[in-house]
Amino acid sequence: MELVRNVAQMKPGEVGVVSGFTDDHLSIKLMEMGCLPGAPVRFNFAAPLGDPICISVAGYELSLRLEEAATISILN
Amino acid sequence: MASASKTKIALVGNPNSGKSSLFNQLTGLNQKVGNFPGVTVDKKSGFTTLPDGTVAEIVDLPGIYSIYPRSLDERIVSEILLDHRSAALPDKIVVVADATNLKRSLLLLTQIVDMGLPVMLVLNMMDLVARAGISYDFTALSRRLGVPVVAVNARKGEGIKELKEQLSKPLAVSQRPCFTIWEEAKAPVKELRDTLGVDNDYEAYLFLEQPDSLKFLPADRKNNVDRIRTAHKFHPGKFQGAETIQRYSFIQDLLNDITLRATDHSWKKHSNQLDRILTHKVWGYLIFLGLLLLIFQAIFAWATVPMDFIDAVFADLSQWVGSALPAGPATSLLAEGIIPGLGGIVIFVPQIAILFAFISILEESGYMARVVFLMDKIMRRFGLNGKSVVPLISGVACAIPAIMATRTIDNWKERTITIMITPLISCSARLPIFTIIIALIVPDETALGFFNLQGLALMALYLLGFVMAITSAWIMNLIIRVRERSYLVMEMPTYRIPKWSNVGYTILEKTKAFVFEAGKVIMAISIVLWVLASYGPGDITTRATASVQQESANLRLTEEGLQDRIAARKLEYSYAGIIGKAIEPVIRPLGYDWKIGIALITSFAAREVFVGTMATIYSIGSAGDEDETTIKTRMREEVNPETGEARFTPAVGFSLLIFYTFAMQCMSTIAVVYRETKGWKWPLLQFAYMTALAYVSAFIVYQVLR
Repeated sequence: MELVRNVAQMKPGEVGVVSGFTDDHLSIKLMEMGCLPGAPVRFNFAAPLGDPICISVAGYELSLRLEEAATISILN
Repeated sequence: MASASKTKIALVGNPNSGKSSLFNQLTGLNQKVGNFPGVTVDKKSGFTTLPDGTVAEIVDLPGIYSIYPRSLDERIVSEILLDHRSAALPDKIVVVADATNLKRSLLLLTQIVDMGLPVMLVLNMMDLVARAGISYDFTALSRRLGVPVVAVNARKGEGIKELKEQLSKPLAVSQRPCFTIWEEAKAPVKELRDTLGVDNDYEAYLFLEQPDSLKFLPADRKNNVDRIRTAHKFHPGKFQGAETIQRYSFIQDLLNDITLRATDHSWKKHSNQLDRILTHKVWGYLIFLGLLLLIFQAIFAWATVPMDFIDAVFADLSQWVGSALPAGPATSLLAEGIIPGLGGIVIFVPQIAILFAFISILEESGYMARVVFLMDKIMRRFGLNGKSVVPLISGVACAIPAIMATRTIDNWKERTITIMITPLISCSARLPIFTIIIALIVPDETALGFFNLQGLALMALYLLGFVMAITSAWIMNLIIRVRERSYLVMEMPTYRIPKWSNVGYTILEKTKAFVFEAGKVIMAISIVLWVLASYGPGDITTRATASVQQESANLRLTEEGLQDRIAARKLEYSYAGIIGKAIEPVIRPLGYDWKIGIALITSFAAREVFVGTMATIYSIGSAGDEDETTIKTRMREEVNPETGEARFTPAVGFSLLIFYTFAMQCMSTIAVVYRETKGWKWPLLQFAYMTALAYVSAFIVYQVLR
């Protein structure tokens, strides 16, 4: 398994913890919406065409594109 | 009701926090939609009576996650809250929080507390929190933040009384700052406060952070802010991420202390099993398609009953006014200009109401976010966004509300492309033209024993419009090059049964907006058209009467037939007729003569005017009976003097159908695009490309079929 993974690489049902972001601009939006470093995140399911995806974070569900999910690094 | 001293209360909160439900609970039917000065964001406001007998104005501000805006809609909130000298500054601010997601709502609350504004917190949906086995210590929450806290259930109307009682009490500014400004920012903040007299540190800090939200400042003061920002090398946005982290750590500490009984951290049972089906790779799309069919069915089949009724009422009214009032230009303007103009607006009310009933149910239930989720990848290929689906569906009823609905798309390019292609989706105004021309040129027969040919032709036109919209989007996506990233990041709200009164309010609000906003333009243009069609150089009535009497002296016409001919001749002599003849050389290659030319010009105001103009030109106006069969018969009997055959050959008919499918024949849409894009560039480009497309396509169709 790779050492640094991101949300886009998760499998449905998999749980991880947000460890950081690779995109400054997008990280601000995500953090304002409660997706903070240290927050547990769960990959729920992907849209039928594989993109966007739906994740659970901070007690609610968030949908985002794969390229956006790829900017969220996780530990698990 | 004292208006000068009326308390102004603003509702602020995250999207999906139940803000609109609370607004509806507070104001009931006492609400109106206007515009914020200078911008096109809808301003929803209404009135409520507080327990102490005073009347308060409630303003529902667009949903935001933070005081740092990311779209047009959101910027208005920071502008209003930053401009402390404006009359629009609310006296009290109510932050509406989704209690199931308190943490995220508190981010916004702490920012407003730090701005030194009088604010209180409303915890909505506490019932859902309780059901999850969690409870909050309201007293401690209120003490720690220095703001009053009230729990409500906006859907059921619980806690509204307590909220109103709290609102009638004076609201002090909280003295408990939640955020410490960075060392590096302290010097410019101090200088800003000293030179500009800004009220508090965090507000001054936001002046530095948000150069784009300071449009309200006079130029000299704004230059002063810019100067201080440059002098201290302050980069807007640099600390925004760090601020968010600092605030959330404050909030986490606070929540740890006030959460009374937290259950083990279990994942919220993901929106039941519904998403399994509704976003399924087969069922998901099938269900969406089924819903679209249902919406189409409702707009085109169910709406015809009230529409026919409205049509008949206005026709009768117009006729009655024409005969009951003394004849003259004023009566004529009323009977032939204003009343039909009004009718042309009101007739769309059923379709708009039905469409928005569906859209509002889909939004309220949480399904719309799933549609965006399902469609995003497909739409992105064409330079659009999953969120473009909503405007494109709305476009079937009317491009005007559809273009207004593009505001939810944050990305400039995706929004612009959506605006540019939406008018290609066949709107309800094209329907009368389609029906009448199809009835003229397509036989009313069934093919394969099942499909009605006329129905198939109608469906083909809708498909053609849709395919052309998508193709145009794809081409624009290649042409428009911007280095702005496109985002989706969107909350997937939990599925809920729609609150029917909210659906009702949406229908009311959108219908009112259409009737008054678009109505004004349609009305004005109807009057201009009436003038163009009723007056011409010299006394056209006398000339027309003389000329008709002369040529029909030995035709033994009935009085009515004579009047019909005079009306038609009058139109020929009018300014509209002159213009029609002037453009004849241009439209001849498409198979049209000057009479159709008049209809092209008049229907530029709004496409549906085409049928009315045809009725006048083919002189059935005086019969007062505008039923389509009559118009159809007249159009069918119209002879082309050059060939001696019918004027509306299949070639001419198809050419007209194609022309109306593609042409931007709608003043109101142009006006809305101008408003939404804040300039003439896009509406003019749109008009040019759609007209070119319509002209060339109609030309090809006519020349091939001829």
